[in-house]
Amino acid sequence: MEKTLKRYFAVFTLPTVIAFAFAFIIPFAQGVYLSFCKFTTVGNATWVGLDNYKAAFESGQGFTSALGFTAAFTVISVITINLLAFTIALLLTRKVAGTNVFRTIFFMPNLIGGIVLGYTWQQMINAILYRYETTIVSNAKYGFWGLVILMNWQMIGYMMIIYIAGLQNVPTELIEAAKIDGATPWQTLIKVKVPMVMSSITICMFLTLSNSFKLFDQNKALTDGAPMKKTQMLALNIYETFYGRTGYEGVGQAKAVLFFIIVVAIALLQLSFTRSKEVEQ
Amino acid sequence: MLSAKTKASNKVIFVVLCIVAVAILYPLLFILNNSFKGKFYISADPFSLPTGETFAGLTNYVNGLIQTGLLSAIGWSFFITIISVILLILFTSMTAYYITRVKSVYATVLYYMFVFSMVVPFQMVMFTMTSLADKCHLRSPLGMCVLYLGFGAGLSVFMFSGFVKSIPLEIEEAAMIDGCNPLQTFFGVVFPILKPTAITVAILNAMWIWNDFLLPYLVIGISTKYKTIPVVVQMLVGSNGNKDMGALMAMLVLSIIPIIIFYLTCQKYIIEGVVAGAVKG
Repeated sequence: MEKTLKRYFAVFTLPTVIAFAFAFIIPFAQGVYLSFCKFTTVGNATWVGLDNYKAAFESGQGFTSALGFTAAFTVISVITINLLAFTIALLLTRKVAGTNVFRTIFFMPNLIGGIVLGYTWQQMINAILYRYETTIVSNAKYGFWGLVILMNWQMIGYMMIIYIAGLQNVPTELIEAAKIDGATPWQTLIKVKVPMVMSSITICMFLTLSNSFKLFDQNKALTDGAPMKKTQMLALNIYETFYGRTGYEGVGQAKAVLFFIIVVAIALLQLSFTRSKEVEQ
Repeated sequence: MLSAKTKASNKVIFVVLCIVAVAILYPLLFILNNSFKGKFYISADPFSLPTGETFAGLTNYVNGLIQTGLLSAIGWSFFITIISVILLILFTSMTAYYITRVKSVYATVLYYMFVFSMVVPFQMVMFTMTSLADKCHLRSPLGMCVLYLGFGAGLSVFMFSGFVKSIPLEIEEAAMIDGCNPLQTFFGVVFPILKPTAITVAILNAMWIWNDFLLPYLVIGISTKYKTIPVVVQMLVGSNGNKDMGALMAMLVLSIIPIIIFYLTCQKYIIEGVVAGAVKG
């Protein structure tokens, strides 16, 4: 059977592979090569070695400050989103009236696109700040916390759904047994429920981590980096380097490669972490 | 049975959940409310309901639609999303079937490349992919669909092949013995079994393609008639200095309505799909 199927490789794989080559394989290979070149279009590249990478770290490039902003934003978002989502999931697994309606409402923001969301929140936040005669772009702190709130608002429902699925799989006998042994609700939570939903926690940590780290649309819409690029995240910094002014395409590509390496490192760390957890169980 | 104490604490939880629900819904109600106010009244008093003097009826909607051409953008968003999702379901399920059933170097390399592509951030291929699309005349709605097939291939192939592995070979062998060629076997026997995964893959892809901003912004651009919803919203806010706040609010509302309708009608599939996607991804 395998042999007959093999003869059909063109029908089965070529449409996907050709599209995949156009969208990913060729651009990726070109991207790696061009990060070592000076160019304004893909056609006129000249080899410059590691110059682009050196330039990427110059302070005028804003890459290192964007990295700092992104890291701080990611840490705060991951902690707040997961704490809030887990708390809400706990509340929603207690057979309160209207659980399904709440679940529907809480998940909804996750479906709305980043650009539309970003402008919706920009209008909201500016409406509040208007009373104090200021706007979201006048202070980097407003932009930072605005982004954190936006990200929480969008992601809590999603993570909550995953936590609910995990909590529902905790065997009731375990919780009953803990109760009989005289555990307080807090002890039951920390010693029984949390270890039992560890796999959900890992999934949610990774999703919030990579979504926050790679954030672009929301950042572009909410502040567009203002004031003075102080609220610029990595993805937006790379975008601005490519399209903000000509002559820095190579530096932009080098930054993109660095960004890619950081993202892969996070993914690998995550993978090894999950593996080690699986061994324990 | 719930004890009296649990009942009392559930009441408190219910109130807390109501407060969270209001917080989640508030930004959406905020733009809905302001979309009915005259544009000069919005910044002065954004939190009050429109009254006789400030009520603008549908003026903002009419103005916004004239300024932006959002209706045609909704049309193009539907077109690109639907065609891309159909292509993705059809071709990536075939590819996944092939690379799971055939043991060859080609199949293995392909599989790992698809998995690898899921980790790579878009910024890595942003510039090179845009120029390649330009060279290959892919700067059209149909070209976009080809690119989405390529970008969506990673996750889709990964999810389909996970499911194909669990299908017993005997069913396919029986079909082969009955004289089916691989295509007939796939569409007659395998594809119907893949249906639950196909729904998940369709929903995950539809969500990100519908909301995607950067790819259509870079590839199709802003000077054609093929703009999608996020591109139009970005242009309305990002470009001109004298913003029509009323029109902006109205357009944000119109951009969100299709998503809410989609969510409320397919809620069960969407939530299941998103959880399945998160756990496997």
